[in-house]
Amino acid sequence: MMRASRVAAVVVRQFYLLRGSPVRLLPMVAWVAIDIVLWGFITRYLNTVTGPGFNFVPALLGAVLLWDFLSRVMQGVTTAFFEDVWSRNFLNLFATPLTISEYLSGLVITGVTTSLFGLAAMLILATTAFGLSFLAYGVALVPFVLVLFLSGIALGILGAAIVLRFGPASEWLIWPIPAVLSPFVGVFYPLSILPGWMQAIAHLLAPSYVFEGMRSIVAGKGAPMTELAFGAGLAVAYVVLACLVFARVYRYAIRTGLIARYSAESVS
Amino acid sequence: MDGVSFEVRPGEIVGLVGPNGAGKTTIINMILGVLEPTAGYVRIAGIDLARSRSQALAHTNFAAAHVPLPGNLTVEQNLRVFGLIYGVTGLSARIETLLADYDLQRHRQTKCGVLSSGEQTRVSLAKAMLNRPRLLLLDEPTASIDPASARDIRARIVAFAAGDQGGVLWTSHNMYEVAEVCHRVLFLAHGKILLEGEPDSLIRTHGAATLEDLFVSVAHETLAPDGGPK
Repeated sequence: MMRASRVAAVVVRQFYLLRGSPVRLLPMVAWVAIDIVLWGFITRYLNTVTGPGFNFVPALLGAVLLWDFLSRVMQGVTTAFFEDVWSRNFLNLFATPLTISEYLSGLVITGVTTSLFGLAAMLILATTAFGLSFLAYGVALVPFVLVLFLSGIALGILGAAIVLRFGPASEWLIWPIPAVLSPFVGVFYPLSILPGWMQAIAHLLAPSYVFEGMRSIVAGKGAPMTELAFGAGLAVAYVVLACLVFARVYRYAIRTGLIARYSAESVS
Repeated sequence: MDGVSFEVRPGEIVGLVGPNGAGKTTIINMILGVLEPTAGYVRIAGIDLARSRSQALAHTNFAAAHVPLPGNLTVEQNLRVFGLIYGVTGLSARIETLLADYDLQRHRQTKCGVLSSGEQTRVSLAKAMLNRPRLLLLDEPTASIDPASARDIRARIVAFAAGDQGGVLWTSHNMYEVAEVCHRVLFLAHGKILLEGEPDSLIRTHGAATLEDLFVSVAHETLAPDGGPK
């Protein structure tokens, strides 16, 4: 049974680290703000050189914002996990009554909370400086954010499982995951542009349905709620799958003693 | 590990000694649930670790010289985080007591990473006492502590065993320390328990002058090229 105090312990530890640590707080808003500024001016420029009738702000700047949001959720979860890697805290943590579900819940709460700061910064900047209005997406914004939240959480947990299995050096495999996925999910273009094999992969990726839905709304066709519901189902499945993968890797690490010898990266 | 079987009774301090690589830390890792034995079982306060991991580990705690607490949290923050994990009731009061007991009050707002190794050991011991464990595991707890502080630490652990009736499994290379505080000693080599008994009894039975002499003779015998575990 999950105990709230143990989940709170994981969250409180991250709160202590964030409090009074500008090097941890700044990246939460700095990189996403830079992205919004850069793409804000690109969309403004595109609106001036293309014919009237199509507004790039909700199509491109909105896409950047939503994609950055997913990335921030993922990085929020993985960074919370990396704090335990960096401080060699596994033995202290896993030799306690803390269960894996409590630990992952703490990481997810931390990741979601920190990503909300980034989301707020992006929204303020995109709305005030570049006139992006999320009201244009209507009620579809709810499934958009839900699918991206869940997808970011799943990617974050999967990233943590990879680092737990392959050691601290594999951290560098985790950071580029959003960049690797972005061509497939059609952040900036419709999936119909992609070759068949990429489209097949895209249809297995929950965020694809968000960006297709967003373009559908911008084109005045309304939100494809059935497709979005399917995307949400996929995202839930990802989270369950990612938790199972993490639990399996954890059991492997216990069975082989990897956790006790984590700095060695392998037990062979 | 091969055929290792022992128990630590309430209020008993058991010394786990042996040459480097004998398997002392491996045993402690198995009891802490971070290394799974290929056979056999671990029970803490009667609870099977493999079946009820969380419940079993709630009754134990540990301090190890080679496992410092996160250096980027202060002493008080670390105690609070681990107090929450162990579900300590009256946590703030418990932290105050432990800060006083382990002479850490002036370091409460200091990050653990900037403390001396001896101070870090005291913080680890304070953490280990948070939940008044039924089984306390100590892996060379006085390895980096000056003699006066080490004596003080030993007195506190003896008092813990006597007062809270917690069992203590204590690894150390300091045989004088083991002889002073341990009710029973397990000599370990090559993953097997070679000798077991009360320190004085072991010394008498094997005709050694001190526990250290006995340790050296057993270690030489087992580590010699033709010497294997007997």
